[in-house]
Amino acid sequence: MTDQRNCKSVSPQRRRLLKAGAAAVALPFPAVLRAQSSALKVGVILPTSGVLSFPGLATKRGTELAVKMFLEQGVRLDVSYVDTESKAENGRVAAEKLIREGCGILVGAWDSGTTISAAQAAEAARVPLVVNIGSAPQITEQGFTQVFRNFTSAVQLVTNTVARIKELPRSRDFDPKTTVIMHVNDTFGQAMFGGVKALWEKLGVGIRIVDTISYDARARDLSVEVAKAKATGADIVAPITRVNDAILIVREMVKQDYNPMAIIGPGSPGPYEKAFTDALGKYSNDYIVCVPWYDPSHPMTRRVLDRWRKEFPNERFELNSGFGWEGIQVVADAYQRAKSTRPADLHAALRQTNVTNHIMFGGPIVFDAKGQNNNIGGPMIQIQNQEPVVIAPNDIAQGRAVLPMTRWSARG
Amino acid sequence: MLELYGNALVGGLLIGAVYALIATGLNIIFGVMRVVNFAHGEMVVIGMYIGFGAWKYLGLAPLAAVPLAMAALFAGGYAFQRWVANAFLARPQHVQFILFIALGLAITGLHALMFGPEPRGIQSASSFEVYRFGVIRLDAVRAHAALAALALIGLLWAWLRYSLTGKALHAAAENLVGGQVIGIRIPHLFALTAGIGAACAGAAGALVAPLFETQPYLAPEITLLAFIIVIVGGLASLPGALLGGLLIGAAEALAAAVITPSAKSLFSYALLIVVLLARPEGLLGRRGAPR
Repeated sequence: MTDQRNCKSVSPQRRRLLKAGAAAVALPFPAVLRAQSSALKVGVILPTSGVLSFPGLATKRGTELAVKMFLEQGVRLDVSYVDTESKAENGRVAAEKLIREGCGILVGAWDSGTTISAAQAAEAARVPLVVNIGSAPQITEQGFTQVFRNFTSAVQLVTNTVARIKELPRSRDFDPKTTVIMHVNDTFGQAMFGGVKALWEKLGVGIRIVDTISYDARARDLSVEVAKAKATGADIVAPITRVNDAILIVREMVKQDYNPMAIIGPGSPGPYEKAFTDALGKYSNDYIVCVPWYDPSHPMTRRVLDRWRKEFPNERFELNSGFGWEGIQVVADAYQRAKSTRPADLHAALRQTNVTNHIMFGGPIVFDAKGQNNNIGGPMIQIQNQEPVVIAPNDIAQGRAVLPMTRWSARG
Repeated sequence: MLELYGNALVGGLLIGAVYALIATGLNIIFGVMRVVNFAHGEMVVIGMYIGFGAWKYLGLAPLAAVPLAMAALFAGGYAFQRWVANAFLARPQHVQFILFIALGLAITGLHALMFGPEPRGIQSASSFEVYRFGVIRLDAVRAHAALAALALIGLLWAWLRYSLTGKALHAAAENLVGGQVIGIRIPHLFALTAGIGAACAGAAGALVAPLFETQPYLAPEITLLAFIIVIVGGLASLPGALLGGLLIGAAEALAAAVITPSAKSLFSYALLIVVLLARPEGLLGRRGAPR
């Protein structure tokens, strides 16, 4: 009763003020965010079922955490989620549904094909779409005016990857001369492969691509694909995968005793996910990927990670959850500055975005004329002791690269 | 090259044997009742969940889960046919189609509700085991699954051929009215057939659970695959299902090895079109089978 009385004695305004003040002192956000008088309706489009559900759900968890954390800062976001069932064509349907329900801004859609599909609906309705994940160049190259992508394009991803591969320390045991590229043949895989092919030699990696092997995105068995890769005798296997196919590839490599010098996924999502390390255990170790990643040394990241562990103790914070989180940060920032729930005002605010304090490695979040954030970095991650560890660049590295990778038969 | 193509062929044949078991379930139901089970893939997925659950919660090896999956699916298939689907037998075919499509959608919805959309994989020590014969490697999980599938198909074939009930099923398949005249209990027999078909699907599901990750939305692909096999091998033909399964498995693997992995399913459909054009009744099917 006493508590209740005490609560009643504090006016809502004062309580809000106290809450905001406390949050400003205690929480890590770049600016004190003022409470909004009304909630912004945000539509989030993600693949939470079907073949992309693992990363889709991880992105959703990051999104949910951000919504919760920004609410504590007084930013009220009323979020509706729509599942695309991992079908690209559902992007448009999902976006139209959310726009009909009154969402002033959309976030999504994890997968490039789905994002392009959703962008068409967003463009038609003049509702901004903040792309959380989706790397196909077409997303920002088709003249969409409503798209703001806080994720690397395939070209950026590949450029970052090539730079990192060139930086890898060479030794007597690790001096790769050849590589075989395996890639999933959906929009993302084709775009990434196109980028790798175009930039690999242009940027002078010094490693020859001896073969490329594409496979169906819904493939349940990659034994023949791995056998073909093995037959090339390439020093490096470069798989452009998602998590399920990455698991299948490694499992087959173990069975076929295929021991290249390294497995390096160029801009390849998946192997840092918990599903990958859970499925493969010790065989997940030494797999390398070059992907956008959170900056483990940033104080804001550490705070988000601490909160994540409390909210999702059995899940891993990684690329998907990180960009899911940041997608909401971009929306919250725009909403704060726009002080409006109107799509046009939010669009104008997004154009002026300049978020310097954020969790994913790279420069400030700024969108160019095409809506692309070009400041996202590309660290190199290696799975060590079944956890993703940043091995490059040196200024944020958490460990040293294990190269050449440990033979499958020598893994105890 | 021998290593690549040899292993591709062997791997394709092994998975083809499991495909054959999936198609056998569909085929036996069609053969006896002339009903197309559009929920067949969903029944396979039930078997996969049983295989996964038995491994995860009971610590059973995937093969040990096969009898469980068969028993559960047999009971479900029998009950559904006896108390629901039998009432639809005299109705037009499109009504039967809708019934089974509805059943399939209901099963998928229930799976999504009960287990969520996440794929669930079985990770046992044997997931990484292989048997070596020179340059040929047999994936242990796939080899076990193929052997079990072939054994089940063989047992089913023997039971259909030599048991009294099996002969009654043949009789009903050949001539329904004649079967009724000689006193065969058709409703029971049809329910038994549906139970056996579902049990085949369940067994195949438990066998593929360690190979493919289990998730609710796999079913349409499986149903489609079973249709392709049945059409290629021959409608209502048990040896046809076996031949179709092996052929599709081997063709997909070889297409991947020789042409490109992306051409796997393309090749299956091309084979289907060729068979439909050249021999519409399937490779081992009978032209104008009486009813």
